[in-house]
Amino acid sequence: MSEFLAANLPHLLSGISVGGQYALIAIGYTMVYGILRLINFAHGDVFMVAGLVMVYATASLPIYVSIILVVVVTVALGVLIEKVAYRPLRSAPRMSVMISAIGVSYLLQNCALYFTGGLPQIYPSIPFLSKQVQIGTASTKMVTIITPILTVILVIVLVMMIKKTKVGMAMRAVSRDFETSELMGIKINNVISMTFAIGCFLAAIGSLLYFTNYNSVIPTSGAMPGLKAFVAAVFGGIGSVPGAVVGAFVIGICENIIKGMGLTEFSDAFTFVLLIVILLVKPTGIFGEKSTDKV
Amino acid sequence: MGKRLKPAVAPEKKIGTLIAIVLLAALYVFLFLLDNALPTNSTTTMLIPVLKKGAIYALVCVSMNLLNGFTGLFSLGQAGFMLIGAYVFAIFSIPADQHNSVYQYFDGGAIQFSIPESLGRLLGENAGNFWGAIICILIAGAVSAIFAALIGIPVLRLKSDYLAIATLGFAEIIRAIFQWNGLGKITNGSNLLRKYTNFHDIKIQIGGTIFQLDTIFPFFIATLSILTIVLLVNSSYGRAFKSIRDDEVAAEAMGINLFKHKMLSFVISSFYAGVGGALLAMFQTTIQAAPFRSTMTYEILLIVVIGGIGSITGSCIASFLYIACSEWWLRFLDSGSFLGMEVSFFRDGFRKVVFSVVIMIIVLFFSRGIMGDKELSFAGIIRKIRKRRQVKAVPADGEIQEKEDESHE
Amino acid sequence: MKKILALLLAGCMAFALCACGTPAEPSGDTNTEGEAAASGDTVVIGVFEPLSGDNGAGGKQETLGIQYANSVAPTVEIGGKTYNVKLEIVDNESSPDKAVSAANTLISKNVSVVLGTYGSSVAIAASDTFEQAGVPAIGVTCTNPQITEGNEHYFRICFLDPFQGTVLANFAKDELKAEKVYCLGQLGNDYDQGLMTYFQAAAEELGMECEVASFPENNSDFTSYLTSAKNFGADVIFAPTSISYAQLIVNQSVSQGIDVPLLASDTWDSNMILGAAQGTNAQVYVSTFYAEGGDPEFEKGFKEWINSDPTNLSNNGGNDIIAAVSVMGYDAYFTALEALKAAGSTDSEAVMKALPGVTYTGVSGEISFNETGDANRDTAFIKTANVNENVWDFVTVQGVQK
Repeated sequence: MSEFLAANLPHLLSGISVGGQYALIAIGYTMVYGILRLINFAHGDVFMVAGLVMVYATASLPIYVSIILVVVVTVALGVLIEKVAYRPLRSAPRMSVMISAIGVSYLLQNCALYFTGGLPQIYPSIPFLSKQVQIGTASTKMVTIITPILTVILVIVLVMMIKKTKVGMAMRAVSRDFETSELMGIKINNVISMTFAIGCFLAAIGSLLYFTNYNSVIPTSGAMPGLKAFVAAVFGGIGSVPGAVVGAFVIGICENIIKGMGLTEFSDAFTFVLLIVILLVKPTGIFGEKSTDKV
Repeated sequence: MGKRLKPAVAPEKKIGTLIAIVLLAALYVFLFLLDNALPTNSTTTMLIPVLKKGAIYALVCVSMNLLNGFTGLFSLGQAGFMLIGAYVFAIFSIPADQHNSVYQYFDGGAIQFSIPESLGRLLGENAGNFWGAIICILIAGAVSAIFAALIGIPVLRLKSDYLAIATLGFAEIIRAIFQWNGLGKITNGSNLLRKYTNFHDIKIQIGGTIFQLDTIFPFFIATLSILTIVLLVNSSYGRAFKSIRDDEVAAEAMGINLFKHKMLSFVISSFYAGVGGALLAMFQTTIQAAPFRSTMTYEILLIVVIGGIGSITGSCIASFLYIACSEWWLRFLDSGSFLGMEVSFFRDGFRKVVFSVVIMIIVLFFSRGIMGDKELSFAGIIRKIRKRRQVKAVPADGEIQEKEDESHE
Repeated sequence: MKKILALLLAGCMAFALCACGTPAEPSGDTNTEGEAAASGDTVVIGVFEPLSGDNGAGGKQETLGIQYANSVAPTVEIGGKTYNVKLEIVDNESSPDKAVSAANTLISKNVSVVLGTYGSSVAIAASDTFEQAGVPAIGVTCTNPQITEGNEHYFRICFLDPFQGTVLANFAKDELKAEKVYCLGQLGNDYDQGLMTYFQAAAEELGMECEVASFPENNSDFTSYLTSAKNFGADVIFAPTSISYAQLIVNQSVSQGIDVPLLASDTWDSNMILGAAQGTNAQVYVSTFYAEGGDPEFEKGFKEWINSDPTNLSNNGGNDIIAAVSVMGYDAYFTALEALKAAGSTDSEAVMKALPGVTYTGVSGEISFNETGDANRDTAFIKTANVNENVWDFVTVQGVQK
């Protein structure tokens, strides 16, 4: 048993760490979906842009200033995308908004391609996070341990915020019923901007952790983590923050176990199989609220 | 109201159809000359591939439009079905003596015959290639359709964005399966399939002379396929699809079997996506699973949006425009100089940035695309010209009439 | 709504018209060029390289070599006349589905001969297009045997994968004393999978044990693969991946404390790998076409040229370390010039006929073609990353035991 653990500890560790990073992205998906009923396809690319901003910022700025800059720029980008690409289509059919999201994703990737010239960018190492540590038999970076802890702390803070504060209450109200909450005097646009800001803030933190671990940024870096985080959000029950986190950890760990078992070709396919199974068996996810179709 | 006015528009419709047929015939004559008679110069070397790829994309976009625009099913699995079509076509048309070289890592592969070659023995080489290619294309479409039927059973129960993400997932799974070395004897794993029948092999022998059908062939298949889709859309099935798009509950109340019709639309759309994939394989002369990623589906979706969701002619126009711009006309954006000027920000990738900005502008400000949900018809154009000439006696009436007619065509 | 539609249609028409106007302009250019060439002015060499996508980094470095060669020798004497050499560079986006139209773009510019491409699958995809147009192509660093096999028009100046795989297996056995090898490549990539197949065949013949794994596209988490390699007890990890994944593999093997040597092929010979390995205890071995120090004069000139222009510098990855693909690009350009001289004309058919007989002594060694159009090469250089000084150290010249 201990031998098995010793051999497979790295799989588990990296599963937990990846899970934490997916979780931070998944929250952005789940919150936006909860309120706007929109799969924000561009969220994964916002995450990638956060990585690129860090690369370019550290070229001329000290590392801690860069981190703050990354968070600010990412949040601003998220809010801007919502204002420019989603707000004008609020009354349009859902398909149009999703097409707009796909368009934004296409735009961000192509801009990244243009600015990087298609070359992979090496992510700077953040002193504390990149430190080597030894856990049992496994050697890894500090970030592997920090990620799950930080994720859990952030999620607790977020859940408290949603439950206890006025903004949180407004968010819950908007996600329940758009029009009624507007009648109640909630400024819907502010709430939605706030949702995007929180989602992007977490994506920025996620990108710091993710790229410290996997330190190269290419224009398509965000696509896969983005899709997987979305699957995590569906798995946990879309709209539910704790659900998204649990889903993300499940996917992160399963994926690494599958790779460890040698079925490496299908590690990505697995995520989608899981998605389809969940959608068919329990479309509301494990923590999702049951919703009735309104005619 | 429509009924009362109908007899009045009939002659225009006839003239319109006539013009369409004449133009189509002219196009085919031009294509034939392009393949056989016209000299090759720098314009035709670019025009030919753009026309071929444009025709292929037109077919694929129309097939996606059938699903997204006419039935209201937001599916993102198009690239997956094209992949199936492309592979099936290639697998069945690699000449037997090329198997060892193509399947070099898999001992020559499992399938040891080629349909065009076998037919060639019966009918002669040129006829064999022609009919063999058509049979392979049909098989390619059929296999995609079968896959679609299997996938459709679980997936079509899902609604809007869940359906989108599930079909996207299926496309990725299909890609992973085709790249798997376990099926290498059939799919060649991660390696390219090549040496199969391509457009250059499509020839026809009339008398003693052999004519190339390079460019005509994809147009021929695409025109046939798009025509059948148009017929379908205008049939009672098509009306059922549109009613599902407009209001599922109402459609069900009217006695339309939702699942059956959704499945029908999904299977037919996938059939044509498979046909499109087979043509794309012929065009590229080599095929690999890697490029059939979700980006390809997004590209097709964006073309459909540019053309107008729910407009077949719109999809066709947008396909040719998009392919011509991205692969030909706008290449100068990457090259660093424009009309002889050196422009420093014109470097690799700038073309794509310009493209994505244009697409965003269309999505945000012209969300109806080039055609909206209308069709381009010559009858409509004639009417418009006539109306200009006439005194504006009943403008409001005319407008309604025109809208109704266009939606009929 | 109708107004908007009309406006849009008008816009589209205008756009199409403008667009129609533009292609006429460059095609006009080519025509005048064609006439000029006839009167003794310009010969066009096509550069068919990926400047974006997975292979963008390598393609850019290869293009740099060709551009430098063009700056060294901007003219060529063909049939007694001096021609200016003009490079037409087109981006094939590392993608087989863009290859056909990119290749046609070159053909429409009346190229006499094409150089490229980095990345074997794109080369195979474009091959038929060049064949139909009767344009010869010289593969610079594409190593897959299928490129030249059965093709009259495709030549290449580098070694092949069966050779490279065998060389690397021999090296793993002889120098690294390996018993067990873990092979890791990208799923759906011709190059990786082909090379792994040849390596595995050769390694098993030499009595080594191999385990093969593939990772999906856009994967960035390699810790699980590296753990599997460790659990397998690998003495060497063989990973012939493209540069973007290579960086991640090096970095994660370091952070996981895996002290097994990483062995890779020509793709890894890039300063980006050096950057990833710098200051760590990574052991990286690559097989390649050229070892630095082979031709000091060339290197001095190339470095000066790189440093003279910030665009070149950034295309080379930010420093002036010479990649073997740049050297190969340089040699390919001169091979093409030799072919043009031998043909005595700028006509692509004549160049194709002349190419099999061309010989040239380049920076990377003797270049001559065998009957399939491949270069006669029987040695590869093995280099290792010097993690302290950020340079490649020459290890050995490895051939295949006969």
